[in-house]
Amino acid sequence: MNEELRGTLKTGLVAGIVTLSLGMIGILVSFNNRFIVTDLVTLADLLLFGMAVLAGYLAASSLKQNSIVSKLLHGGLAGVLAAVPTFLLILLTLVWEDIRSSFINVEPDLIALVTLNNQSVVTGGILLLVVFGVAGMAGVGYALLPDRFRRPISMSLAWTIGSGVMSDILIGILRPRLSQDALRGLFGSTGLQPAPFVVLFVMLTAVFFWWQQGGQTRYQTLRQNLTPSQQKSSRRVSISLLVIFLLILPSLLGVYLSEIFNEVGRFVLMGLGLNIAIGLAGLLDLGYVTNFAVGAYIMALLTSSSEFGLDNPWSFWLAVPICVLAAMFTGFILALPVLKMRGDYLAIATLGFGEIIRVLARSDALKPVIGGAQGILQIPAAQIGGFLSQTLGYVLNPINNFLQRFELGILATNSNGEIVFGNPPQLYYLFILASLLMLFISRRLNNSRTGRRWMAIREDEDVAAAMGINTTNAKVLAFTLSAASGGLAGAIFAAKLGSIFPSSFELLISINVLALIIVGGLGSIPGVIVGAFALVGIPQLLSEFAEFRLLLYGIALIGMMLMRPEGLWPSEVHRREIKSDGDDETAVPVSVKP
Amino acid sequence: MRRFSYIDLVLWLFRIGIIGVVLWGVTGKFILGVGNEYTVSDWLDFFVSGLSQGSLYALIALGYTMVYGVLFMINFAHGEFFMAGAMTSTVLVALPLQNAGYIDRFPLLSLLAIFVSAVLTSVLVAVLTERIAYRPLRNAPRLVPLITAIGASFFWQYYFRGLFGSSLLPFPEFAMFNGKIAFWGLDFQKADFAVIITSLLVMFGLQQFVQRTKTGRAIRAVAENKDAATLMGIDVNRTITITFIVGASMAGVAGVLYSIVFRQLNFVMGFIPGIKAFTAAVLGGIGSIPGAALGGLFLGIIEAIGPPLFLEGLGVAGSHQLKDVIAFTMLVLVLIFRPQGIIGERLAEKKA
Repeated sequence: MNEELRGTLKTGLVAGIVTLSLGMIGILVSFNNRFIVTDLVTLADLLLFGMAVLAGYLAASSLKQNSIVSKLLHGGLAGVLAAVPTFLLILLTLVWEDIRSSFINVEPDLIALVTLNNQSVVTGGILLLVVFGVAGMAGVGYALLPDRFRRPISMSLAWTIGSGVMSDILIGILRPRLSQDALRGLFGSTGLQPAPFVVLFVMLTAVFFWWQQGGQTRYQTLRQNLTPSQQKSSRRVSISLLVIFLLILPSLLGVYLSEIFNEVGRFVLMGLGLNIAIGLAGLLDLGYVTNFAVGAYIMALLTSSSEFGLDNPWSFWLAVPICVLAAMFTGFILALPVLKMRGDYLAIATLGFGEIIRVLARSDALKPVIGGAQGILQIPAAQIGGFLSQTLGYVLNPINNFLQRFELGILATNSNGEIVFGNPPQLYYLFILASLLMLFISRRLNNSRTGRRWMAIREDEDVAAAMGINTTNAKVLAFTLSAASGGLAGAIFAAKLGSIFPSSFELLISINVLALIIVGGLGSIPGVIVGAFALVGIPQLLSEFAEFRLLLYGIALIGMMLMRPEGLWPSEVHRREIKSDGDDETAVPVSVKP
Repeated sequence: MRRFSYIDLVLWLFRIGIIGVVLWGVTGKFILGVGNEYTVSDWLDFFVSGLSQGSLYALIALGYTMVYGVLFMINFAHGEFFMAGAMTSTVLVALPLQNAGYIDRFPLLSLLAIFVSAVLTSVLVAVLTERIAYRPLRNAPRLVPLITAIGASFFWQYYFRGLFGSSLLPFPEFAMFNGKIAFWGLDFQKADFAVIITSLLVMFGLQQFVQRTKTGRAIRAVAENKDAATLMGIDVNRTITITFIVGASMAGVAGVLYSIVFRQLNFVMGFIPGIKAFTAAVLGGIGSIPGAALGGLFLGIIEAIGPPLFLEGLGVAGSHQLKDVIAFTMLVLVLIFRPQGIIGERLAEKKA
């Protein structure tokens, strides 16, 4: 057997096993409810046949010989092989009828899906092999395209599919603003209509192609040719547009999407905090949830009107600084014992702290103080009342009246003239305020002397110490400051939910935050936001994803480390590092020396 | 001589605090008689269940220690190897055997089949993890494989959840593990006794394997120095894979033993035992095989005796819920004060 054939066989079989796994763990059936093109293509179809296309593509691009026929043959073979394990599963279900009692997700829906809804299962299975073979060849065709066509096509395909997948959100945003007929022309009950799908795809391809062929350079020269004062004013205009956009966003999104935005905001806050410890100072803290829990519990204890709260509950605004300080204090205390540890020992020790806090929070031992597993209830929402809200009302009400004509609005006062941060669109302003504050602080820290000190420690602690940096103090400071943002997130979280339970403070939160800053790019502030949207926003938007969220996190963590260790939006330092020595394999984000 | 900083002061206070708490608890228990009253045989029961739990920890800890020995990385996903073996063997072998009535008729053969399938699954999962998530990153900074290990851990948990569902699975009952057995004047549950004996046998076998066989020598050589081992004609990649295979087989065995004792499984079952086994490995001195065994037993016993001994003595309500706190506190204490572990064969300072 020659080497190239072996490579193709391997690619095909790996793709086959992945395809089989997708079916057996239930992803395919679950994603089959999400239409991209109404009543025609689902996300499961895309995933299933995408695997065949991918197998064909990989097989063809690793081939050294250039003859198109042999490429097509290899691609087709890889495609067929990608279906073989699934085909075997189909045959297996014929013999083993009780398979669901062991493999819970091998259900009739799955078999129907992979046999392409054929009456006879065997015919369907054979059909699957054939279709996969063709899809594999399609993958070869894609590999044969010259790069300047391939890139715009992939980009526009991704965007078109994305808008198909997200169509119910687009419908939600467009419904008040478009006529019923126009909406029905664009979207079906669940996905895009076929014609708009094709039109969107062609248009986007044209746009991306134009952008790549010269649009980008023209835009850049246009920007460079502006006079300094023009540049300044153009920047001012774009910033004010951004601010206005952020202010009216919740009314644009509606309640459900605002809630998702708030979840993203909560994780952005935590991500920014943890980013100080991991991204800047290189301290892998797996117990970050501790700070979040402290913030939330202190808020609950200070403001709750239940038996765990104070006799005279505080207001939210008074309690917030206390929560932040308490979280910082916890961060400080927990930092002291772990200071001498490095790398993985530090990670495990902080993980241990996180678990201790979790077990303590739900134990009977602390039940008289923090409510044990029953948690603390009756935490009031944050609100602004009295003189301040009246003054704000004078400004906000006319704006709201004006915006109402466009079905938009901003922060609103209620009938008593108070501003209550109770429902998601109102809470959004709290989150955006906190996030902007933390973004500002993070940015300043990033470029400060302290930030550079941390980065020196991250790169090499011994060298940093030799340069005269007091590593002990710098590390304590990193832990303390990184805790602040977690405490803030916890405080707002408690006021948002109105009740807190120990189950909200699991290790998964720490892992979640870790995953999002790694996916976004360690040490990168925009990366935190990108990561939070990718890992928190998207799974919330697509309920099908929610069930497989942690599976996807696992894949994301491994995949990022293998393929793009600098993250989706790398920080300047890493970008520079990677540019300066592109062939250096060790140019990965955190480089703690052994 | 280093300056005495405020950090040292805090660490000393921490030390004194922990010792104080333990002493206070013990005094409260024995002199003031706080909490429930236990007879001597109750204490022995705690000890025996701790011994059985500890030998499970020891088995899992061996995998951590061996991988750490050769790669200097914490294989965070090791608990998942344990889970994978236990769940797969239960769903695909034990339960069908039970339904067919084979477990009552041929208990030993069934048990053998369960063990074999568990070990095979654990090994498969371990080899895949090593191949995909660890090997390509062998020269990367040390935090990178730790992050992929965390990723692998979550991946496998939810992969197996997808395969077998998230409900609690019952492990079939074996008649031969019911009842008690007396040995050396101690009353053992038969299941506990089987766990202890099996673990001891497996650990003894492992020690022989590492010390006596050629492959064992290769593993030790790679742990000592990879470059030198390569020069001596040792295939380092192959040896590392073998290390993973050996560690995972023991995790598989531990998975079945766990199922026999607790008889309930689900997809997160690997996480807490995994962390505790890591604690055990650190406790005994990570990288050292006898250390892991010793650390596991020690941790199991402390965990079983600790809550009734000093937590109840302090008047803590629901002290049995806090046994995890004891384990994790031990972990943190060891990492802070004695990172080289009880046996301290290796200098963890330069590697950690």
